[in-house]
This record gives sequence, C-alpha cells and structure tokens, in this order.
Amino acid sequence: MAFAPDFFAQALNGLAYGVLLFLLSVGLTLIFGMLDVVNLAHGSFYMLGAYAGLTLIGATGSFWIALLLAPLLVGGIGALLERVCLRPLYGRPPLDQVLLTFGFIYLFEDLVKWIWGGRIRSIPPPDLFKGSVTLFGATIPSYRLFVIAFGLAVAVLLWLLIERTRLGAIIRAGVFDAEMTAGLGINIHRVFTAVFAFGAALGGLSGVIAGPIQSAYPAMGAGILIPALIVVVVGGLGSLKGSLAGSLIIGQAETFGKAWLPDSAMLIIYVVMALVVLLRPQGLFGRPLK
Amino acid sequence: MSPARRAVVLVALGLGVLAVAAFPWVAGNYPVKLLQEILIWGIFAMSLDLLMGYAGMVSFGHSAFFGIGGYVAALALKQSAGVVSALVLPALASGLAALVIGFFSIRVGGVYFIMLTLAFSQMFHAYTFQVAWLGAEDGLVGIPRPTVAGVSLATTRSFHLYLLVLAGLAALALWRIVRSPFGHVLRGIRENEARMEAVGYAVGRYKLLAFTVAGTLAGLAGALYAQFNGSITPDAFFWTTSGEALLMVIIGGVGTLGGAVLGAAAFILLQSLVSTYTERWMLILGLTFVGFVLFAPGGIVGALRGRLGLRA
Repeated sequence: MAFAPDFFAQALNGLAYGVLLFLLSVGLTLIFGMLDVVNLAHGSFYMLGAYAGLTLIGATGSFWIALLLAPLLVGGIGALLERVCLRPLYGRPPLDQVLLTFGFIYLFEDLVKWIWGGRIRSIPPPDLFKGSVTLFGATIPSYRLFVIAFGLAVAVLLWLLIERTRLGAIIRAGVFDAEMTAGLGINIHRVFTAVFAFGAALGGLSGVIAGPIQSAYPAMGAGILIPALIVVVVGGLGSLKGSLAGSLIIGQAETFGKAWLPDSAMLIIYVVMALVVLLRPQGLFGRPLK
Repeated sequence: MSPARRAVVLVALGLGVLAVAAFPWVAGNYPVKLLQEILIWGIFAMSLDLLMGYAGMVSFGHSAFFGIGGYVAALALKQSAGVVSALVLPALASGLAALVIGFFSIRVGGVYFIMLTLAFSQMFHAYTFQVAWLGAEDGLVGIPRPTVAGVSLATTRSFHLYLLVLAGLAALALWRIVRSPFGHVLRGIRENEARMEAVGYAVGRYKLLAFTVAGTLAGLAGALYAQFNGSITPDAFFWTTSGEALLMVIIGGVGTLGGAVLGAAAFILLQSLVSTYTERWMLILGLTFVGFVLFAPGGIVGALRGRLGLRA
C-alpha cells in the first residue's frame, strides 16, 4: 500500500476513535465538573448503550430508532443511580462516591452477562452506511465517516448548549460554585441529577455508535474506561475543550501506535499521559491544581 | 491500655496464631487452602490499607505491584528455587516499580491520583496480556515452590508455616510503621496535607516512601500468590484485583490493619460460599461494594467499635 493513502486512512481511523472517546469523556468531564464525582461506572454506560442498541435494533429493525432510544434508556438508569445511591453520599468524603461507582462496574458487567450472555455480539451498521468509499486512494468504510461527522456535530451542539443557553449558564455556574448557584434560587439537586443523566446518556450514545465498529461484549465497559480516563488526564478534568483535544490526541496516538509500533502500541497512550502529568499536571486545558 | 487488658490481648493473639499454625494438622485440604489464601490476601490488603487508611492515598492500581511480584517470582523461581528468587527479587522489583509509578502519581492529588494509578496498572495488564515471553494470555505456569533453609516448601504444611511467618512479619512491620513518627506524619498528611507542608514536612517524600513500602509488600503478596498457585496470569494486574483488595479493606474497616485481614477473610469465605450456589459472583461483589459504602462505611471494625464501645 502506498504511504500517503495509508497514512490518510490511519488518520481517519484515529479521528473516528477520537470522536468516540470524546462522546464518552465529555460526559465524564461534565459529571466531574458539576458533581465532583469521578464516575468510574462511565464505561458501564457505554456498554449498556451498546447492548441497549443491540436489543432495540433487533426489536425495531432500525439503527436510527435505537440511536435515539438507547441513550434515553441509559440516561434514565444514570438518573436513578444518582438519585438513589449518589445523593446520600454528597456530605461524605469524595472517596465514598468513587468507590460506589467502582462497585457499579461489577454490578453492570454481571447484569449484562446475565441478560445477554458472555459472548461477543456483532451489531450491523445502518443500511445507509454499509458500504465504503474511496478517498484520496484509500478505502474507508462509510460508517467511519458518519461517526466522525456525527461526533463533531454533537460537539458543536454541546458547545452551543453550554455557552449559549440558559440551561448551559446554570451548568457553568454550578461547575464554578454549586453552593452559590443554589443560593441564587436554582434547584441544584435537580441540576445534579440532570447532568448525571445527561452524561450517562452521552456514554450510552457513544456505546450505540461504537457498536457497529467494536461489537458488544461484557468487558467493553471496563476496557474503554481506561482510555477515557487518560483522555481527561491529558485534556484536563472538567474542561470540554480539554476533553475534545485529549480525545483527538489519544485517538491518533493509539491508532498510529498500532500501525507503526505494533509491539509496544498499548504503551504509547500511557507515555503520552506520563509526559503530560510530568510537564503540566493539571492537563492541557485544566484549571491549575490546588 | 491497662496491663491486665494488654495481657488479655497478647494471650488472645498468641492463641490465634497457634490455632492458625496448627490448622493443617487438624483440617482438610480445602479449608487449609482457604486459610492460606486469606494469609496472602491479608498481606495485600494490609499494604493497601497503609496507603488508604493512614496516608489517605487511595490507589485503584495496587494490582500493578501484586502482579509484578508474581511475575518476577515466577521468572526467578524457574531459574533457581531459593529465598532470593521467592522473596527478595520480587520485593525489590515491585518496590522499584512503586518508586517510579509513585513519582508520577503523587504529583497529582485526589481523583487524578485514582485515575493515574488505575491507568498504570492496566498498562501492565495490557503488556503481559500481549507479549509472548510472559506467556501472553495464559501467563506463566509450572512455577516451583522454593526451598528455604534446606526445607522444601512443596508440602502443604511447610508452605503453610512459611506463609504464616511471612504474614506475621508483614503485619508486625506495618504495625510498627503506623505507630512510628513516620506513621504519624502520614496520618497528618491524610488529615491536612497543606498544613503538614506549612509545618515543614517534605510531604512529597513521605508520600513516595509510603507508596514504595506499600508497593513492596504488595509485591511480596503477589510472589506468594504465584507460589501458592504455581502459576500467574495477566489477571493479577487486572483492575478487578485492585478492586478486590479495596473491597477487603472497606469490608474490614479503613485505617485498621486488623480490619484489612478480617476483610480478606470475610471476602474469601464469602467467595467460596457464594460460588458453590451461583455463578453470579460479580453481582454479589458489586452489591457488597455498594452496600458497604452506603450503609457501613466503617466496615466490620467500625460496626464492632460502635456496638462494643471500643476506642479507636
């Protein structure tokens, strides 16, 4: 294969993976910014999204209905988790909240095994994007192009939502100082639940989107959690810009690592992370620590 | 503690140790295996509790050192089955790894520390899972047990006593550490890091030392685990290994070394009980995790203290 088309194909693969990571990590970063909780069960929402998508596609025959409904379902699960289990812990040391979400990784993974079985289930891409296209001499599955366009569209919508709407203003205020926001007459508890549910729904959305590329299997949630955590460490926890930049960097690092240094590919994203921690502990776009 | 009470505690402790030591001579194979597992995981859980309960550094990647200890012991024991291979090299290797990982991880606090330690441990899992020279997915098998001072540890009884001595030494060392001035500085850092810094303690160095000591002991536990099973797999590095140790510490009671051992015992007994009835062990594990965090944050020791009115 010629160098330039190969390079181009890898870059697009990396971009598709980066966009997926963005959809996932943006929820993680929003939840942290608002609730001060590192939601270790975030990978589980991704997994639940993929499985909900699988079942909904089977039931309705339409990828698009699944893409709409599965995130709502996962968001509902997120809202329930926040309302029932996380809220009683807000007065306690932050560690307890992290430990709680850690426990939910086990719970969700085993529940999925129980309901859907342990084997890998492939998810077909929608009919519209079944083929592939040739761009600059490289053959690209058209579904990857859809993922990239869809992810970037979501990024723009998110930016508009947070920077240009009243709800976004409330969220930004809550991230800055939740207590003060409550003092201004905002029902901050309801906002907490809403943000957690929204983040969970984004996680679910990324799971549905990832389904046709990565299939669905029970360990996928814990597996994607680590790259997502690395993204927020690199980009800076609590920053949307950082989440986008971190995702694109890690997406490219992982994809090019696999192509060029197959023996040590899995180490590359850790090297990137270690470098960032060494040179800029708060991440590329994070607020300074302490 | 009054002298009378101290005597009671010492006698009880002595009787407990004797009972554990005599166990293989009175009990069958399976219960003895469970007890040995409790001893090994007890060391691992205590080492995590030094970080979590005393220094306030919550590592979600303690499995990194457990795994390194296991793999180094496996490689070394295949070359020569002595004490150096079984204990010294694994402890040195995991201590060194803890020094390096700690150097990066303690630069950041709180949630960043949690995420970094978790990520580093998964890095080892990804690496061992892939490379052929460490057996990839299947890990290393056929690890011989060492010969210590002319005694082969291939028999259950000799291995049992070896485990008991090592677990006892680890407990004693940790007990001394948490009561030393160093231990008090760690507790100070847990309570108020900024103030300790202002008072003039080199907080970073204390945290790194605590991380290294905990990593070394975790490596020792991993080495013993490899000798116990005769094999080691990438699972030793997996996030679930760290999670199990975290759960043991939480079940027992954070910040109490005895609680960590109690937690290990409760965990392993529960596991063997549950797995005879159902395949849904992970579900039970998750529920236990959530239940303890929500309803019993003090663990078993915390609950006992509340009930019996014992002092902290």
